[in-house]
Amino acid sequence: MINLSLKKLSEGLKQKKFSSVELTQFFLNRLDLHNPSINAFITIDKDKSLAMAKRSDEMIKEGNQDYLTGIPIAQKDIFCAEGWKTSCGSKMLDNFIAPYDSTVISKFNAVGAVNLGKTNMDEFAMGSSNETSFYGYVKNPWDIKTVPGGSSGGSAAAVAGRLAPAATATDTGGSIRQPASLCGLTGLKPTYGLVSRYGMIAFASSLDQAGPMCNTAEDCAAMMNVMSGHDPKDSTSIQREKENYLTGINDPIKGVKIGVPKEFFSEGLEPEIEKIIEQGINEYKKLGAEIVEISLPNNHLSIPVYYVIAPAEASSNLSRYDGVRYGYRTKEYDDLMEMYCKTREEGFGDEVKRRIMIGTYVLSAGYYDAYYLKAQKIRRLISEDFKKAFENCDVILGPSAPSVAFPIGDKKEDPLKMYMQDVYTISTNLAGLPGLSMPAGLMNKLPVGIQLIGNYFSEAKLLNIANIFQMNTDWHNLSPEEF
Amino acid sequence: MEWEVVIGIETHTQLKTESKIFSGASTNFGSEPNAHACLVSLAYPGVLPVLNKEAVNCAIRFGLAVDAKIAEHSIFARKNYFYPDLPKGYQISQFELPVVGEGSLSISLGDENKSIRILRAHLEEDAGKSVHGIEDGKSGIDLNRAGTPLLEIVTEPDMSSAEEAVAYAKKLHELVQWIGICDGNMQEGNFRCDVNVSVKKKGDKKLGTRREIKNLNSFKFIKQAVDYEVNWQIERLEDGGTIKQSTILFDPDSGETREMRSKEEANDYRYFPDPDLLPLVISQEKINTIKSEMYELPSQMKLKLVKEFGLSNYDADGITSNIDVANYFRELLSFKVSAKLASNWILTNLFSRLNEFNIGIKNSPLKASKLAELILRIEDKTISNNAAKKVFEEIWDQDERVDDVIEKLGLKQISNVNEIENILNQVLQDNEAMIEEYKSGKDKAFNALIGQVMKASKGKANPGQVSQLLKDKLTD
Repeated sequence: MINLSLKKLSEGLKQKKFSSVELTQFFLNRLDLHNPSINAFITIDKDKSLAMAKRSDEMIKEGNQDYLTGIPIAQKDIFCAEGWKTSCGSKMLDNFIAPYDSTVISKFNAVGAVNLGKTNMDEFAMGSSNETSFYGYVKNPWDIKTVPGGSSGGSAAAVAGRLAPAATATDTGGSIRQPASLCGLTGLKPTYGLVSRYGMIAFASSLDQAGPMCNTAEDCAAMMNVMSGHDPKDSTSIQREKENYLTGINDPIKGVKIGVPKEFFSEGLEPEIEKIIEQGINEYKKLGAEIVEISLPNNHLSIPVYYVIAPAEASSNLSRYDGVRYGYRTKEYDDLMEMYCKTREEGFGDEVKRRIMIGTYVLSAGYYDAYYLKAQKIRRLISEDFKKAFENCDVILGPSAPSVAFPIGDKKEDPLKMYMQDVYTISTNLAGLPGLSMPAGLMNKLPVGIQLIGNYFSEAKLLNIANIFQMNTDWHNLSPEEF
Repeated sequence: MEWEVVIGIETHTQLKTESKIFSGASTNFGSEPNAHACLVSLAYPGVLPVLNKEAVNCAIRFGLAVDAKIAEHSIFARKNYFYPDLPKGYQISQFELPVVGEGSLSISLGDENKSIRILRAHLEEDAGKSVHGIEDGKSGIDLNRAGTPLLEIVTEPDMSSAEEAVAYAKKLHELVQWIGICDGNMQEGNFRCDVNVSVKKKGDKKLGTRREIKNLNSFKFIKQAVDYEVNWQIERLEDGGTIKQSTILFDPDSGETREMRSKEEANDYRYFPDPDLLPLVISQEKINTIKSEMYELPSQMKLKLVKEFGLSNYDADGITSNIDVANYFRELLSFKVSAKLASNWILTNLFSRLNEFNIGIKNSPLKASKLAELILRIEDKTISNNAAKKVFEEIWDQDERVDDVIEKLGLKQISNVNEIENILNQVLQDNEAMIEEYKSGKDKAFNALIGQVMKASKGKANPGQVSQLLKDKLTD
């Protein structure tokens, strides 16, 4: 059952080679075996998972089998799931049992997928290494001395370590694509507004977007078929007809125009990674793609712009954690102000506090115009860059991250170095575009990812272009040795 | 020294919608604490706001009623501050681009009208309520009110006395009920005013420093608070002191105002556009639809009453003073009674009765249909106006037919010429002295003779006919 695609698992269930309960139990056993060493999960609840599996087996018996029915999926601990602890990687929500299902969770429930457990993550999705989690570091299955990337590090490590067939994740500045790159997986951040944010704990509302983290593009397409769709509970959710992402996944890509931005190959990128990306480009040439050079002249402004806008929104989004209604509250206090201060001082970790402070600062009277407003203006310029670029190409190709998985502790004390991890991914969040990362090679036995960026709502095309690459290469079939 | 008073008012109007502005929770008042605290009201992790379209319609109706520009494109912003009854740690409001722009509202001051400029009106959500003293040293939070829709209506500093401030507040209060966007219940806090007061030396161009009196929820308090505050500011300035910009509270028990916080202590609210909500876009088509569904406004109705129906300015004000009175009046007219009689009967007899029993006209025991019957009997000369008052007393809270009461009291007017002539002849025979007086030029004698005829007919003779016949006889 290990290393089977979602399609094969689905066929196995249909042909009664195994039941959902057996499949779920198999992965729960793998969790028992490997989770203690990689710490990919915050919450595992075997009874709940097996009860869901039983229900899924009933559905299959009744002939109600959908693509993902009966398949265990690891859920990032950012999605509220009724009755499950939903911590968002924070001490602040360590005691929070969600009283409702996020839209993403209820969509998986509706098709009879099994919730395998809640995966570890950087606290409130703020981090690129999974070192800011209240629940401890997640280790990269490819080398447990290195980080899995972040913030969706738990989901990435779970799928890479074959502890789950697939996982959900979220991406605010690269939190799907960078860990996918560091863990040798295929991860898709959809167009902003394609997947509902309802019930997904907010970090930066105008940037947050949920997506799948899987072994292959085809698996991602199957996940997207469940996750996407308009939701009246999310005002920023887009009203458009639901697509089937599997339909055109095998379409020929001959003649597709791939744009390569010169700004993605400047200083800061490991030369060996650059070489791997070039090999990828050559592979696409062989497959009939046309390669054009393009420019994203404002890309270098993405990180500073992001670190104004995202913290600004976060500082406001995280105000609700005040100890009054749910979550952590400090033990001893004499008055309201002390209760607020101590609750937030004790409940939040350093990175979260750092961003709340930055965000509060950039929104303050006298600084708003110079920081927040200016950042919004540059954000529009960055979107314009992409608009122009897509006049000359169908899809943009570049690296997903500037490095491979780095040692735990390596960048923890240097936030600016850490923030550079998202240098290739952040601009797509700022523009609201879809981006995908897929494995394209190894450097020092660690995975390297290629990123594909598409125009708005071009997920089907991105998955198709990635799938054709995967049909002709083997990088996505590699898995870490000890798992 | 002579001083000028400058007043501007911000009014929080609770909109009459079934559900809250950003969630489906009920807006019912008076339920158990937190009965309407849904996940959105509680600001649970992951929940999102969805705008209630009915609240937007209310804002559009208001904009149309004050002849204001309605923004094609407006933005919801977050106002950030910490308080236990503010669950998200921010209030969703509108800041830079409000839904309703500049307009105006005309107020009556005796015979004069004054136009008060409306600067803007914006949509926002209300906060919850802290409840103190439930248990020793503990406070509770009731989030039923959290998220109820408000329209905050802001004027320019166009009022120059407590009387004008009250006149404006009353006019606005009538208007929002008239157009059906607010129930106007001030005790429940559904219409509350923040009044900005400053004074300046007469003739000075520059405005003085203002102090804002928060949360006044009665017209009486507005009057008292502004009067007190104006005196306080003038006294202070005349004593050589200065005014500090600040927020103050009015204490109805002492009749005094006191400082809540000064400008330096004010929060930096860190407003920014709410990324959870798209810009609010309102099409001209939508505005037109709402416009076509709106009733006549009080100002329009008043104009019609004066110009087309010949009512006095004063009576027209009375009829258009609130929507329920206007509706009662409209219903009377639907029975084809004259507008003048209808307005007289409402504003005098009916009002005095309703006031006596402290009943709103909406709940009047005397329905418009029945009052119309009575007025029609005056118009067709079945009874006199005086007789009608007697009938009114009988039917006002009794389930009796108008015609039955007229019959029972024997009030039917004598309009038969022969019958009146007989009575008249008898009276003339008995009062020759008066005839002489009249002929010698004393007009009073004429009225005395009419009085005698009315008396002899037990008030049933048609006074108009009596007068005409008498005139004919005396000039013969």
